[in-house]
Amino acid sequence: MYTAPNLVLPRVENLSSLDVYLKHGGFDAYRRAIHLSTDEVIDEVKRSGLRGRGGACFPTGLKWSFMPKSTDKPKYLAINGDESEPGSFKDRQIFEYNPHQLIEGILIASYAMGISKSFIYIRGEYHKWVRLMEDALAEAYAKGYVGSGMKQTFGNDYTTDIVVHKGAGAYICGEETSLMSSLEGDRGYPRFKPPFPANKGLWGMPTTINNVETLAAIPPIMMLGGDAYAQIGAKGHSGTILYGVSGHINNPAVFELPTGLLLTDLIYNYCNGIPNNKRIKAVIPGGSSMPPLRGDEIEGVRLDEESLKVLGTHIGTAGVMVMDEDTDIVAVTLRIAKFYHHESCGQCTPCREGCGWMEKILHRIQDGDATSGDIDLLYDVASNIEGNTICALGDAAAWPVKGFIEKFRDEFEVLCKPQRSFVALNVVHGKRSTASTLVRQA
Amino acid sequence: MEIAFTSEELEQIEKLKALYPESKAAIMPVLWMAQKKFDWLSEDVMKHVAEVMDLPYAHVMGVASFYTMYHKKPMGRNHVQVCTNISCMLKGGMEVYEHVKQRLGVGHTQATSDGKFSLEEVECMGACGGAPMIAINEDFYENVTLQSTDALLDKCV
Repeated sequence: MYTAPNLVLPRVENLSSLDVYLKHGGFDAYRRAIHLSTDEVIDEVKRSGLRGRGGACFPTGLKWSFMPKSTDKPKYLAINGDESEPGSFKDRQIFEYNPHQLIEGILIASYAMGISKSFIYIRGEYHKWVRLMEDALAEAYAKGYVGSGMKQTFGNDYTTDIVVHKGAGAYICGEETSLMSSLEGDRGYPRFKPPFPANKGLWGMPTTINNVETLAAIPPIMMLGGDAYAQIGAKGHSGTILYGVSGHINNPAVFELPTGLLLTDLIYNYCNGIPNNKRIKAVIPGGSSMPPLRGDEIEGVRLDEESLKVLGTHIGTAGVMVMDEDTDIVAVTLRIAKFYHHESCGQCTPCREGCGWMEKILHRIQDGDATSGDIDLLYDVASNIEGNTICALGDAAAWPVKGFIEKFRDEFEVLCKPQRSFVALNVVHGKRSTASTLVRQA
Repeated sequence: MEIAFTSEELEQIEKLKALYPESKAAIMPVLWMAQKKFDWLSEDVMKHVAEVMDLPYAHVMGVASFYTMYHKKPMGRNHVQVCTNISCMLKGGMEVYEHVKQRLGVGHTQATSDGKFSLEEVECMGACGGAPMIAINEDFYENVTLQSTDALLDKCV
C-alpha cells in the first residue's frame, strides 16, 4: 500500500478552518511564489508535469503560458467546479475539507498570470458545498488573504478577487466555453474554438479555465518544487490524483493516490473488492464519457492517461465505476445514452438529434424489438456524432456507446431478433356491395 | 402575493451585479434569489427579474429555461430528487425512484395535489460514492434504502 503524504486532501482535522490551515503551513506556498517572477512560477508548474484534472489532461503550465503577458486588458481565471460527470465526486471533497488550499492555488495561479478576478463555478446541486466554499472565502477575505487585505498580509502590491458563482443544473456548463457563456449570464452554449479562451474568453478578455483539483495541487508543487512533484506517480502524468470509486464496490470513496496506480490494487486493496466476492464485468476508468474496460482487460492496467490511452480509453476525471458480473450492460448503455440526450444543449445537429436516436435505438434493443442491423445503426449514429460537434459532449456521448458495443457486442446481440416483422395496416375500400346496389337501382 | 423584491433585496442585487464586469452576469444568482423568494419562476417573476436586471424578458426566460434547477412550474414544499444515473442505478437507484413514484403517486417533475411533495428523476448529483442517493430540497441523503427513504419522507412536513 502507498504511504506517502496526501497533498490535496491531507489527513488533518478541521483543515477547512483558516487558522488550522495556517498552522499547517497555509499560504507559505503563495509567499514562496511571490518571491519568484511570474515566469519562474509558470516554469515550476511546467516542470512538475501537472496535467489538468478536469478530464482533458492538458498540461497546466503550458496552459498558463498561453495567457498574453503584455496586455492592459483585465485577465480572468475561471475555476471549474461544475463536476457533473457521472462517477465524479472529487471536487466536493476539496470544497468541504480543504477550501483554503484551493484559494491558495487560485492566488498562485492569479499571481503567475496577472489575473485580476477569479470565478469559482460550482454546480447548483452542491448547495451545501457552495455555502462551505463561500464561508471559507469570506473568512479568507476577512483575515486579509484575498482582496485588498493581501497588500498588508503578504507585503507586496499584488491583489486579486475571487467570486463564487453557483450553477443551476446543466452538465454542459462543465465544458470550458459553455462555463464562460453561463458565467456571462447567457444560456450555457459552448463556443467554437478558436478563438481560444486565453485570447478571447470571459467578456472577450484573456481567460484561463482550470479544474478545482488542478488548482488545489498547485500549493504542494510550490512547496516541493516542480522536479520533486514530477517524481510522484506515473511518468508523463505525474502527481497524486483523486480517484472516486463507485458502483459495485465494498468501500466506495475518494482516494488520493499517485497516478499510475494499478486498477486492481485500487479495487481490491483500497476498496476491499466487490460485494459478495463477485467477478468484475466492466470498469469505466474516468467518468461516464470514457470508453469502458472489459473485466478480462483490467489485469495490469495502470491508471494514468498515457497507459489508458494505449487501451483506447482515458483517465478523464478519475471517476472509476465498477460493474459486477451480473450487470445488465445494455441497461447501463441506455442509461448513459439517456443522460447525454438529456444534457445535450441542442446547438449542433449531430449531438442534438444523434443522442436522441441512440436512446431510441437502445430502447428498441432493450425491448427486444431490434435486429443486429440496429446495433450497426447505433454504432453508425455514434460515429457520426463523434468529432462533428462544437464541444466535446458529442464525443462524450459517442465514446461509451461505441465502447460498450465494441467490447460487449454479444450482450446486445442476444436481445436482438433475426428480423423485425412489420404489420402494415391495409386500409382499403370494402363496400363493393353498396356500389352494386346503387348500380342496379340505376 | 405581490411579485416584487424588497428594497433590501434590490440592494443585494446591486451588490451581485457589482461582482461581475457586466451586470448581466448576475442573472443566475438573481434567479436563485427569485426562486427562493417566490418558490418558482412564473412569467410574472421572470418579468420582474427582467425589469430589475434591465434585460429583455426573452433573455431571462431563455436563461431560466436552459437550467433544470430553475422551476418553471410550481413544485412541492419538499422537492424529492432521486438519482438514477449509473453509479446509483447499479446500487438500486431505479428501485428507489419507482418506490417514491408509487408512494407519492406523481411522476417526473410533478407535484402532489396538496403541494407537499414533488418528484424529480435527476441526473448525477455528484454523490456517487454514497449511491444510491436522494436529495430533498437542498440536502443530500446517501446510501439510502427503501426503508430509509420512507423514513425520510415521513419526516417531511
